[in-house]
Amino acid sequence: MIRSEQDFKNLYLQATQEWSKVESSMDPVMTVGTATCGRSAGSLEVLEALQNSFKTCSINGSIIEVGCIGLCYNEPLVTIIKNSRPAVFYGKINPKRAKELVEQHVLGDHPIPEYALGSLGEEKIKGIPRFFDTSTLKPQVRKILKKCGIIDPTNLLHYVAHDGYNGLMRAMKLHPTQIIEELKSAGLRGRGGAGFPTGMKWEFAVGQKAERKYIVCNADEGDPGAFMNRSVLESDPHAVLEGMLIAGYTIGAEEGYIYCRAEYPLALERLRIALRQAEDMGFIGDGILGTDLNFHIKIKEGAGAFVCGEETALIASIEGRRGMPTTRPPYPAISGLWGMPTIINNVETLASVSLLFQNSPEWFAQHGTERSKGTKTFSLAGKVRNTGLIEVPLGITLRQIIFDIGGGIPNDREFKAVQTGGPSGGCIPKDLLDTPVDYDSLKAAGSIMGSGGLVVMDEDTCMVDVARYFLDFTRKESCGECVPCRLGTKQMLDILNDITGGNGTTEDIDLLAELAEGVKLGSLCGLGQTAPNPVLTTIRYFRDEYEAHVKEKRCPARVCKALIYYRIIPEKCIGCQSCFKICPVNAINGEPKKVHVIDVETCIRCGLCYSSCPVKGNAIEIIPGLPEKVEV
Amino acid sequence: MDRRMESIFAKYSGMQEEIIPLLQSVQEEYGYIPEETMLEIARFIKVPESKVYGAATFYAQFRFTPMGENRVMVCRGTACHVKGAPMILEEIERELNISEGETTADGKYSLETVACIGCCSLAPCIMINKKVEANMTPKKLAKIFKKGGKNDTE
Repeated sequence: MIRSEQDFKNLYLQATQEWSKVESSMDPVMTVGTATCGRSAGSLEVLEALQNSFKTCSINGSIIEVGCIGLCYNEPLVTIIKNSRPAVFYGKINPKRAKELVEQHVLGDHPIPEYALGSLGEEKIKGIPRFFDTSTLKPQVRKILKKCGIIDPTNLLHYVAHDGYNGLMRAMKLHPTQIIEELKSAGLRGRGGAGFPTGMKWEFAVGQKAERKYIVCNADEGDPGAFMNRSVLESDPHAVLEGMLIAGYTIGAEEGYIYCRAEYPLALERLRIALRQAEDMGFIGDGILGTDLNFHIKIKEGAGAFVCGEETALIASIEGRRGMPTTRPPYPAISGLWGMPTIINNVETLASVSLLFQNSPEWFAQHGTERSKGTKTFSLAGKVRNTGLIEVPLGITLRQIIFDIGGGIPNDREFKAVQTGGPSGGCIPKDLLDTPVDYDSLKAAGSIMGSGGLVVMDEDTCMVDVARYFLDFTRKESCGECVPCRLGTKQMLDILNDITGGNGTTEDIDLLAELAEGVKLGSLCGLGQTAPNPVLTTIRYFRDEYEAHVKEKRCPARVCKALIYYRIIPEKCIGCQSCFKICPVNAINGEPKKVHVIDVETCIRCGLCYSSCPVKGNAIEIIPGLPEKVEV
Repeated sequence: MDRRMESIFAKYSGMQEEIIPLLQSVQEEYGYIPEETMLEIARFIKVPESKVYGAATFYAQFRFTPMGENRVMVCRGTACHVKGAPMILEEIERELNISEGETTADGKYSLETVACIGCCSLAPCIMINKKVEANMTPKKLAKIFKKGGKNDTE
């Protein structure tokens, strides 16, 4: 139990010793990334293989499970730390390779450059680049992600050894008004999407006189295509708890809630472990650090509703009601949970608060732009080579993110657009690739920063289909409370279904834009107010695609099923019958070694034949437009 | 009252904020929300039944029919969508011969879609029970459902 500053100093000493067991142990240490993405790529099997090899070779060393370092495209990731050499990161490790690593690098001291992604530290190993010099890592500034994938998220001492809870120690010596001042001078803006200044938000709640106050951590990362918060929760959960403690101390709240979506079982598990540890250590509970400060945290599992990312809906959900928003004002900082002043901050905002107080406002503000300070995490996904979790200084351009860090578009395809901000954001086209990533520039481009999802799209992505996809999402997730959102999204979706289904007219495009403006203006909460953004930005930047759909009945990206057809190229077909066998509706005729033919009338355009064709360059082509009726 | 409900209630104190956690516990125990349990929750919390029913029907997580032995969730996140999730969903629907939201006649599989699993960088992905299967292709699917012991005589 930490009861005084001296106790904390002793804990820090103990923590640095614990960490040195990883960093400079005489025995070899291996780490395996076992966050959700690592697990889905098979890291638990790798972990087992490593444990077995350690046993059979009777190696005196340890294997630690860590979180996510962000290089998802290289999962499963393994690190080998040996005292004599710099640590080496290895990617795409399977059980067989794991065994090789143990035999050659751990036992034999011969790193395997072929599997290596990079080395840590100054010293260089032949054939292996320095990790932070690689093109993916170089433009990044890792602050929030610094510990992710490096420390064991279930070991409190690892966190403390990296200045963990030092931010709380420092904040508790400050007066709440000084804390607000530091937040303001650092220029921290909410990382959940809207970018509201955190200092100002807290200040509202400080000024309130109330029986109770609450801190809520919004971990309901609902944007499809975003996973930054999941990674932070799985890899560095104490950072979020510490941020909540600082917030609680500042506004005088004694209770906190973490509202985390149930779809993140591992994040929930690691949060629960961290919470118990912090309670046992005396960081959370009654009489924190020997003062009269009390703070308790409860974890609430979300039950699957996108709208609950909206503050007032989230409050309703915690209270056990349907997650429906209410009008603001009053803002939750004045009247929130159970009618009491409540501060709701996103996971990354709270993790940033911890870092800010572990360091200083100047440290925080050294990166970023005039009005968008600091660094921001993004999940980079879609049609990009290096998918994963990244952290960059605000103000970096989209081009740098997609082409330098992301490595560009795979399979020699052309970049078409990047979607930021999820269903509330928009699609930004090629000629705006040099837009700096900050709150205001993205807004000017018709999109929003959002919580940090970046989905890259290439020439094979149909922008009308993307708009339809998002509208389908928001229509399903609309809570139904206000008319513009409930009916407006439905009508917009109907029009988009008509267009992608081949029944659109030229007037539909303008009608859609008009409806979109109405929904934007008339909706009660952020969900409805931003739902039209994907439609509006795609009409603004990709009107030609809409026109091809309605005028020429052609889907240029070859996605919308009603506006494409499949054909076998006779010169390329080898008559292997792969497509013939896989076709679920028997639309393909053909005998072995003879050219096959697709019957376009029977074909349901499922695309299985296309994905099964073994011919190099594919013997099946997808043709935009309606099939010509003449062929018999 | 069902023994199982008694042991669930033992862990709660009867406050209104416990409605959703209670429903989650019921679903964990029964695999779905049987109608009579909503009535029992309402009595336990001392609120009208409509409050419990209202909450239960609002959230996507809750289901009112029994679930199959294995729960197959297809991610419909943005990254999955642009990387072919619709095709994966159709293929599973064909493979299992059921539509989204249904359970196979033999009770082996339930199929549903979820907003986003959060494995966007390994898209398209699906989740079978608690395991995420990444970078899905029709070929991988066929393998998974064969391995899962498809209940037919192929």
